[in-house]
Amino acid sequence: MAGAWANQIVQGVLLGGLYAMFAMGLSLSAGVMRFINIAHGDLIVLVCFMVLSLAVGLGVPLLLAVAIIVPLAFVAGYVLQRLLLQRVLGQGVLPVILVTFGLSIIIQNALQGTYGADTRKVPAGSIETATIHVVDGINVGVLPLTIFVAAVLLVLLLDRVLYRTGIGARIRAVSDDPSAANLIGLPSPHIYAIAMGIVGITIAISGAFMAVWTNFDPTSGPSRLLIAFEAVVLGGLGSLWGTLAGGILLGVAQTLGGQFDAAWQVLAGHIAFLVIFTLRPQGLFPRY
Amino acid sequence: MTALLEVDALSVFYGKFRALFDVSLTIAEGEIVSIIGANGAGKSSLLKAIVGQVPRVEGEIRLSGRSMADQTTAARVAAGVALVPEGRRLFPSLTVEENLDIGWQTGRRGEIRRDDVYGYFPVLRERRNQRASQLSGGQQQMVALGRALLANPRLLLCDEISLGLAPVVIDGLYRMLPQIRDRGTAILIVEQDISRSLAVADRFYCLLEGKVNLSGRPGEFSREEVERSYFGG
Repeated sequence: MAGAWANQIVQGVLLGGLYAMFAMGLSLSAGVMRFINIAHGDLIVLVCFMVLSLAVGLGVPLLLAVAIIVPLAFVAGYVLQRLLLQRVLGQGVLPVILVTFGLSIIIQNALQGTYGADTRKVPAGSIETATIHVVDGINVGVLPLTIFVAAVLLVLLLDRVLYRTGIGARIRAVSDDPSAANLIGLPSPHIYAIAMGIVGITIAISGAFMAVWTNFDPTSGPSRLLIAFEAVVLGGLGSLWGTLAGGILLGVAQTLGGQFDAAWQVLAGHIAFLVIFTLRPQGLFPRY
Repeated sequence: MTALLEVDALSVFYGKFRALFDVSLTIAEGEIVSIIGANGAGKSSLLKAIVGQVPRVEGEIRLSGRSMADQTTAARVAAGVALVPEGRRLFPSLTVEENLDIGWQTGRRGEIRRDDVYGYFPVLRERRNQRASQLSGGQQQMVALGRALLANPRLLLCDEISLGLAPVVIDGLYRMLPQIRDRGTAILIVEQDISRSLAVADRFYCLLEGKVNLSGRPGEFSREEVERSYFGG
């Protein structure tokens, strides 16, 4: 019995890796640019469908498909910020929420029109079923483990970029005071657009992993957004490691809830969120 | 003397409000020029127009004879114009060193390095890993000046660098200006404190309600004459 619970916790931690990945980009845009992108989940689903088209439709090898999408996502993030989001930034919280909400609806409908409403999945071959036997009663799937390791590496990498590089310092400078940055020749629209390009990279990577691990359809975005949002708030705004911890907490809560009753899985995550949020509204590791 | 900066019939507009009226001035290489004037005379608008951060201008601003009208602020800084903004405007969550490095990254990449700034202000070397928000006002002003110096400017713009600081700290900062000038950087200082800025300046312009109403060398005018044009009337 204890073994079954231990197994669920391990599976929950691994699931949390995927959730943390969903949330990474949201954590960056909330922490650095101080806005919430309502279309975040839909952008992830958009990447899922791009992977589907490349890998299943055109037969491109999966890794090559990701290698094509990642740089595209950086450029798309840059352009999205520069041409659209930057125009409504600094005008209060509402305009940017409305614009990204509209973007969310556009993406969902464009996907419905292009791909139909069917639930899809991208087959990844033998890695999907491969498992590693840890101890009796605990088997770890290679794919979930890969995703978890990738999530940790991504946090490490983003943390280094943000706190150990020149571009990271410039991003934090603009985040501190955009108008001061403009005065001394550090153009905030360009720097914010680079930050959004980095967000785009995290969206591409998490979308690719989601495409091979779970089912998706054109309306999957908002539920991804909700989980990502919960992970960011649980972890504390602006903290990437906090976001990882938040994702893991949600994953564990879900699998433990599912151990009671399958119907409880999703609800248990939300309840855990509400309880922790009530006790600690600033999140676990708040930066602000 | 060749003019480094020429401002020619410059007017600055914020919507319907006009902050400057046909202001003309020049700054030569290696010169310290002071702009004095009361609150709201248009001093900060002049500096912001030179770095390209006002909504609309008329007239010309030239650096070494080249018009800067179409250049972004980033291009002007890279060409050698650096501003020490009013109120210092450091990035509070960045360390001293990160704040300084941003000056280097946005600037002209010349001979002034971080170590030169630490030479001018040794206390900053001790505090280089502290956040800017943890520094005293005087130290923050040193970082703001150092950040602008690291852009290796040909023209350094100082906006009210004495504001809110103790007299002994201001004395220290003002002693730096001739040293910076002697390295070949021209300096334009904007101050409300007349005596301090005239003491260090080679020439001055007095602004009143957006217009130049007195200019020349500090020794050419009595204190009463300067004060009369400062306050108007």
